[in-house]
Amino acid sequence: MKQEFTITVYTENHIGLLNRIAIMFSRRKINIESLNTSPSEVEGIHRFTIVINEVEEVVKKLVRQIEKQVEVLKAYYNNNEEIVWQELALYKVSTDKVIEDVKVERLLRQYGARAVVIRKDYTVFETSGHREEINKLTEVLGPLGLIEFVRSARVAIINASSGFYEKLREFEEEKPGTDIVENEFLDKQDEVFSM
Amino acid sequence: MSSATETMKTKKSESKETTTQSQVRVKANTSISGSVAVLEALVAEGVTDFFGYPGGAIMPIYDALYDYNDQLNHILVRHEQGGIHAAQGYARTSGKVGVVFATSGPGATNLVTGLADAQIDSTPVVCITGQVFAHLLGTDAFQETDVINITTPVTKWNYQVTDASEIPAALAKAFYIAKTGRPGPVLIDITKNAQVQKFDYQGYKPCTHIRSYRPKPIVRKEYIQQAAALINKAEKPFVLLGQGVILGKAEKEFKAFIEKAGLPTAATVLGLSALPTDHSLNVGMLGMHGNYAPNVLTNECDVLIAVGMRFDDRVTGRLDKYAKQAKVIHLDIDPAEIDKNVQATVPVWGDCKETLPLLTALIEKKEHKEWLNKFRTMLVEEEDAVIKDELHPTCEIMTMGEVLNVLNGFTNGSAVIVTDVGQHQMVACRYAKFDKTRSNVTSGGLGTMGFALPAAIGAKFGAKDRTVVAIIGDGGFQMTLQELGTIMQFDVDVKIIILNNHFLGMVRQWQQLFHDKRYSFVNITSPDFVTVAKGYGIAGKSIAKREDLKSSLQEMLEHKGSYLLEIMVGKENNVFPMVPQGCGVAEIRLK
Repeated sequence: MKQEFTITVYTENHIGLLNRIAIMFSRRKINIESLNTSPSEVEGIHRFTIVINEVEEVVKKLVRQIEKQVEVLKAYYNNNEEIVWQELALYKVSTDKVIEDVKVERLLRQYGARAVVIRKDYTVFETSGHREEINKLTEVLGPLGLIEFVRSARVAIINASSGFYEKLREFEEEKPGTDIVENEFLDKQDEVFSM
Repeated sequence: MSSATETMKTKKSESKETTTQSQVRVKANTSISGSVAVLEALVAEGVTDFFGYPGGAIMPIYDALYDYNDQLNHILVRHEQGGIHAAQGYARTSGKVGVVFATSGPGATNLVTGLADAQIDSTPVVCITGQVFAHLLGTDAFQETDVINITTPVTKWNYQVTDASEIPAALAKAFYIAKTGRPGPVLIDITKNAQVQKFDYQGYKPCTHIRSYRPKPIVRKEYIQQAAALINKAEKPFVLLGQGVILGKAEKEFKAFIEKAGLPTAATVLGLSALPTDHSLNVGMLGMHGNYAPNVLTNECDVLIAVGMRFDDRVTGRLDKYAKQAKVIHLDIDPAEIDKNVQATVPVWGDCKETLPLLTALIEKKEHKEWLNKFRTMLVEEEDAVIKDELHPTCEIMTMGEVLNVLNGFTNGSAVIVTDVGQHQMVACRYAKFDKTRSNVTSGGLGTMGFALPAAIGAKFGAKDRTVVAIIGDGGFQMTLQELGTIMQFDVDVKIIILNNHFLGMVRQWQQLFHDKRYSFVNITSPDFVTVAKGYGIAGKSIAKREDLKSSLQEMLEHKGSYLLEIMVGKENNVFPMVPQGCGVAEIRLK
């Protein structure tokens, strides 16, 4: 069954790598729902956060292909239970409307929106959260005079991750990697040998 | 100094096998141009012969090359596609990295087919392309193309150099990436300003480590033990031999492995020649036009051991009908291949040169006589139904198989066989005898028609003391026949056999079998190939009668220098057996 997966990719900061990664999705006709690149916890290492809707089998193979790219250090995939994530949204609303219509003010307060810029003619609010929350606010603000709206890509933290420092040290050593191809049969002798 | 062409023509076949840094001319801490740095890198990497075609944006490098003629043998091809296929052929027979130069724009785009071919067949190739001046990038300058982005999906790695000081490190990385791990093509695009720019050269340091690139994993002992236990218990083990064994230079290790446990082995198209054809455990070729027994018995074996192969769809047929009963042990250096098409019970991730001996140490000495006999019995069936008629036909017109059979009589498996794509390719792979590894050069994954002629040129430079026979169809030959010019200019000793059936034979076969014989645009007329060859100063002959076959092949092989032999074969012959598309391997058809 298709579900939302968040792919986290640690990479070198290299021109052209974004394209190299993006075409791995388009080649398989997979739509990227959201894509964010940013620095990571380790200086000089970049972090891609990519959200797609796919079946796990496909995602698993795709992540292995991504990890195979020369400038990619490591790639992980997680479902929504395994991560903490946020998206950021900006709303431009007519300032008159905010002053006149109590409903608008109440909505903004309810969704935890903060004012970023207040001008005579318009006010810009920001809010962050899961997509559903942002979508809902956008929906209700729409008929009440939403002038402009923009939403960022997802950024996500992996619950089980202990960061990349350790891994990077290992990568910098000039010896074979200790990563393994995980397999359901590893260390399960009985299941393998019931022939 | 003598003229460049003269030097190129006279200088041949001195083999400069191992390179030492002493051959490098420029000392560290001197000021040199980017172009000289490129050539210094090639010398340091042990490049002796390479291919290319000059043009505006790569002229500074060619200018520097003028002074490197005694160390670097540049072969001028007739088209950049020919250049990269030649580099591939070179890499395939020599086991070294193939190198090709091309200019910007059309020069670079002409490399794309070869890059895709090298990518899918894991061939180590380094391409160096010229590019417009850095300040002109993105201005639609003359002969400017976005080569990096065009080639991204078909390269293992690519990089654009805009500053000369980056050149030594970029090329060191290029060679390292091309040849390590699962090999592949790398492209370095160098802007013209970087080629002419002088910089303070610090010497050439080969690359040995890139932190984000881990070509070799630590081998997991647990999996080796599991694999060995599985093989020891197996009653019907079956080994699939892929090109990984050749790329990993592990032919000896592979032989020791299968011999110890008496494991029947079939090869993929690209794995052919890693194990001698007449080895007692060699049961033939896998795949759509492979042998009958290995296909059928894939669905009967209890343990399937895949070594350095990727379960291509032409090997597996329908996946949901492929070896469902078997436990699968998959040895591969590329972790992305494991579980990609066929779920492995035991994945042995690693270099098979390392993993095979570990495995051999743990397996028991065994013979699987009865099981092996099953392959032999089924081979007899195939011989009766297909092979006899193909190799010893009673019809008047010659068959492709019979040509191969007579050729085997002369070469006895010692020749390098280079094939194009189509019926002749499948027939050659089925019937050519191989006694030595790196003897089968063909476009496997991409199926590139036009591959054979240029690849044969490269194959010859990669194996100068071996006989190279290019077997090509009448269609494929016409795709890259301009490379006859290269053969002429550099006296490349390749024997060319054109198997002419006046058709694009493989497509015609499919149209006959699956499209109601609606022969849509497969009827191809050809020039008089012998006259064409003659125009290039290449000797040749065309034959249509059986009684001329043996003597003509002999004449071709004994001829000093290149030779073209056109052989007229049956127009509507089909290649069998065949696993029709969408069928399982066990549904292989004998007719």
